[in-house]
Amino acid sequence: MAEVSKEYKTITEIAGPLVFVEKTEPIGYRELVSVRLSDGTMKRGQVLDTSDDMVVVQIFEGTTGIDRDATVRFLGETMKMPVSKDMLGRILSGSGQPLDGGPEITPEKKLDINGAAINPWARDNPSDFIQTGISTIDGMNTLVRGQKLPIFSGSGLPHNELALQIARQAKVRGTGEEFAVVFIAMGITNEEKQMFMKEFERTGALKNAVVFLNLADDPAVERIVTPRLGLTTAEYLAFELGMHVLVIMTDVTNYCEALRQVGAAREEVPGRRGYPGYMYTDLAELYERAGRIKGKKGSVTQIPILSMPGDDITHPIPDLSGYITEGQIVMSRELHRNGIYPPVNVSSSLSRLMGGGTGEGKTRDDHKNVSDQLYAAYAEGKDLRGLVAIVGKESLSAKDQKLLDFADVFEDKFVRQGADEDRSIEETLDLGWELFKTLDQDQLTRISRKYIEKYMKA
Amino acid sequence: MSNEGIIYRVAGPVVTAVGISPRMYDVVQVGNEKLMGEVIKIVGDRTIIQVYENTDGVKPGEPVVNTGRPLAVELGPGLLHSVYDGIQRPLKVLNEQMGDFIFRGVTAPGLDRTAKWDFEPVVKEGETVAPGQVLGTVMEGTMLHKIMVPPNVSGKVEKINKGSFTVEETVAVIDGKDVIMMQRWPVRVPRPVAEKFQPDVPLVTGLRVLDTMFPLAKGGASAIPGGFGTGKTVTQQSLAKWSDAEIVVYIGCGERGNEMTEVLTEFPELEDPKSGHPLMNRTVLIANTSNMPVAAREASVYTGMTIAEYYRDMGYNVALMADSTSRWAEAMREISSRLEEMPGEEGYPAYLAGRLSEFYERACRARTLAGFDGSISVIGAVSPPGGDISEPVSQNTLRIVRVFWALDTKLRERRHFPTINWLTSYSLYDKQLRDWYVKSVDEAFPELREWAMQTLQQESELQEIVQLVGSDALSDDKKIILDVSKMIREVFLQQNAYDPVDTYCPLPRQFMMMKLIKKYSDLADKALAAGAQIDKITSLPAKDRFIKAKYEPTIDEELLAVEKDFDEQFKELGA
Repeated sequence: MAEVSKEYKTITEIAGPLVFVEKTEPIGYRELVSVRLSDGTMKRGQVLDTSDDMVVVQIFEGTTGIDRDATVRFLGETMKMPVSKDMLGRILSGSGQPLDGGPEITPEKKLDINGAAINPWARDNPSDFIQTGISTIDGMNTLVRGQKLPIFSGSGLPHNELALQIARQAKVRGTGEEFAVVFIAMGITNEEKQMFMKEFERTGALKNAVVFLNLADDPAVERIVTPRLGLTTAEYLAFELGMHVLVIMTDVTNYCEALRQVGAAREEVPGRRGYPGYMYTDLAELYERAGRIKGKKGSVTQIPILSMPGDDITHPIPDLSGYITEGQIVMSRELHRNGIYPPVNVSSSLSRLMGGGTGEGKTRDDHKNVSDQLYAAYAEGKDLRGLVAIVGKESLSAKDQKLLDFADVFEDKFVRQGADEDRSIEETLDLGWELFKTLDQDQLTRISRKYIEKYMKA
Repeated sequence: MSNEGIIYRVAGPVVTAVGISPRMYDVVQVGNEKLMGEVIKIVGDRTIIQVYENTDGVKPGEPVVNTGRPLAVELGPGLLHSVYDGIQRPLKVLNEQMGDFIFRGVTAPGLDRTAKWDFEPVVKEGETVAPGQVLGTVMEGTMLHKIMVPPNVSGKVEKINKGSFTVEETVAVIDGKDVIMMQRWPVRVPRPVAEKFQPDVPLVTGLRVLDTMFPLAKGGASAIPGGFGTGKTVTQQSLAKWSDAEIVVYIGCGERGNEMTEVLTEFPELEDPKSGHPLMNRTVLIANTSNMPVAAREASVYTGMTIAEYYRDMGYNVALMADSTSRWAEAMREISSRLEEMPGEEGYPAYLAGRLSEFYERACRARTLAGFDGSISVIGAVSPPGGDISEPVSQNTLRIVRVFWALDTKLRERRHFPTINWLTSYSLYDKQLRDWYVKSVDEAFPELREWAMQTLQQESELQEIVQLVGSDALSDDKKIILDVSKMIREVFLQQNAYDPVDTYCPLPRQFMMMKLIKKYSDLADKALAAGAQIDKITSLPAKDRFIKAKYEPTIDEELLAVEKDFDEQFKELGA
């Protein structure tokens, strides 16, 4: 029962996205606000700071056009998201309004967009293998249901193509369970948007997807809300409707820039490189919404994409993300320049939950051994490249030459694959064995004898 | 002024109230939903409160009630096997009460009020007792839990009961006061001990690189800094599983939810190698994940520490893992910035160093009030931004702790686990523990350790040359050094936490392995002097057997066989 709220025309200060309003009745923290401009335009905002006589409101659409005469109305509730099963197949704006010309969402439920923390006690251990059809991920950095595995990329690298390929190909094998994609675009350009939409239509993926689009020219404050709307939808689909939801968020870097912009406007004490000190907690509030819950069918798996400014993995955005997520897929500019797609740098990539989702009964018994051996041999081969540059290939021993060649073949055959090439896990592992043939048996130090006998075909 | 006031201002987790006059760090109930908070600043008639729960929708004008008590934990039987959030709310009970997500305004006592415990008195009526003295015992699962005289009670035991009681029922009457099994203790105040002394016994972990190279003493503190993905959590979990502490307190402070789930699914299934009981029977878990309220994260390390001190007071050796102290420091920073305090380095509050040292100083080996010998060893993970330890949390931690286990991203990329860098890590306990190693393992232990460290140091110097001109340019005796140090790295330092045999390596076996490497080194030198070819030495068949031996269930016999093989095969080479 919402009481009729009072309107105020008492704006005392406007700064960046913030509006300071004098008021008389008590206003709740994070309560929603609507502002009517003198020309009748409506804007929405949220309470950031509330005290006896003054509130600070953050305006989602930016403060352009707001003057002292604007009317501020407090809505008496915090931000809720209407959710329903009919959202599948819809394209929504960054603030949740339909963009596809379809009807408004008829809510089955209204949920708080900030969600709530999953009780660690209620969480279920993620252990179901998701096959993405991409060898470097499936074979060496396996994704499992309920995991959050970001793609660390850089400007100009094909992370969007990779994300789309994953969205298209991802499946849990041997199950007929319902699968959905929530696609959250934050601050992407209009061209990128066109590309995504065309891809979704081309592959028919849209019918199982909910798309949220916050474009580069949409207000920064809205960008902070967009992922929360998307994740609220994902949680609803997963934990109330029992679907397996893959959430793709791109680009987290734009989100963090918005966070910094809003923080600066609030005159907060900045942390590293001007980003707010609470950025870790804020990102955790997004990433930690991935998971599985005991006794519930559905799951939320996240693939956030972030472009590392200057390809610097120690930049606060990839750094803080890496501390929260369960591993990372790192893209390599070097491989990209050599024309290899997807340019995944396996040496610095990692999936922390790989152990639980691989092996007999999940993928194949030799999976761990094959993966370890690929890592080890590739690392040694790469090391040798540096040496060869100095002393020349001739001075390497025969064994070392094999390792050197292995690194090349690995990149060419194992890492490289087509944008529509969907490799099963067996194909990926067999490919690994194929590559091992180029090495001597005694160089396969990470593989147990029984697998060599079982899988090494002449 | 009374104990009830109203909210004046709300800004995130920081709430300002007027109309109450609490003491610093008193617990207050905030708003209509009675959210739990703690007084962190008093300015004139305004009280600044950090709230442990989400404050969305809370309005100025709502009531605030001062409880007049500081933030405290409940201590008594029932702690072990529990999983708490940062302010000792049992997560299992919260799950039953409000479902799979944590909503606010729900409280549950830390200790189960209905469980009954069989109390066995050890003092008699008429005896005089003092605080900290043991009144009686109960069996807490498989651990003997000593019920101690509460801090503010002493005098003649007028009555003592034997039988089955809840934690709130009177078990004794001392000097006219009813004594129950449960105590409350404010988390920010260290529990008293009779005397602290120098730690001189190592915390044996079964990890070769730690026990042999960089040991931590029982009652000492160590830091594990490392960038993401270097294996801080795996190392912490290994220590929780295998260290020879009797009680483990594991604080997941601002870390991943799925990681806590892993601990929660794994620990009940794992067996304690000494007692054969599930590990969970001797473990208390504090899980305040990164998306749970920041103020409760700040409190979580104190909650864990107080529980650890309580078990230390019973004479147990407690290992406390804090994963990660950086998240704790960030919680301090976040709250400090909301208070608009003057920031110190990188936005952290100026009192960061003080808080860190206060915390690590609670690690100690001590004679307890009851006269037992107990200890708390603290292992703090540090998550430096970008893996660069020049940042304030790492630096302030390193000034206090005496053991530094440096995790290395490069080793991770090579799949060398544990990723503890042998060149940059250190332990300042090596001298204090020397006698123990000589007495309990072998006289030659300290020398062997030094020899291994020197060999590794030599290797790193030689590697610089190899990088430039290739290994062919080295003389044969230098090649032997590279060969031996590779053996130290691959056989000794690398350890597979997921292999059933290799995951735990007892000290005598560690000594044996190191002795074999030294033997190989000596014999190789001898063979070389006798004119053997370097290729023959480095491709000795017994080496392969040695490398694989650590995964064999019959490892100790294997090692003896390797020793024999070394003797025989080197004899053929003239050594």
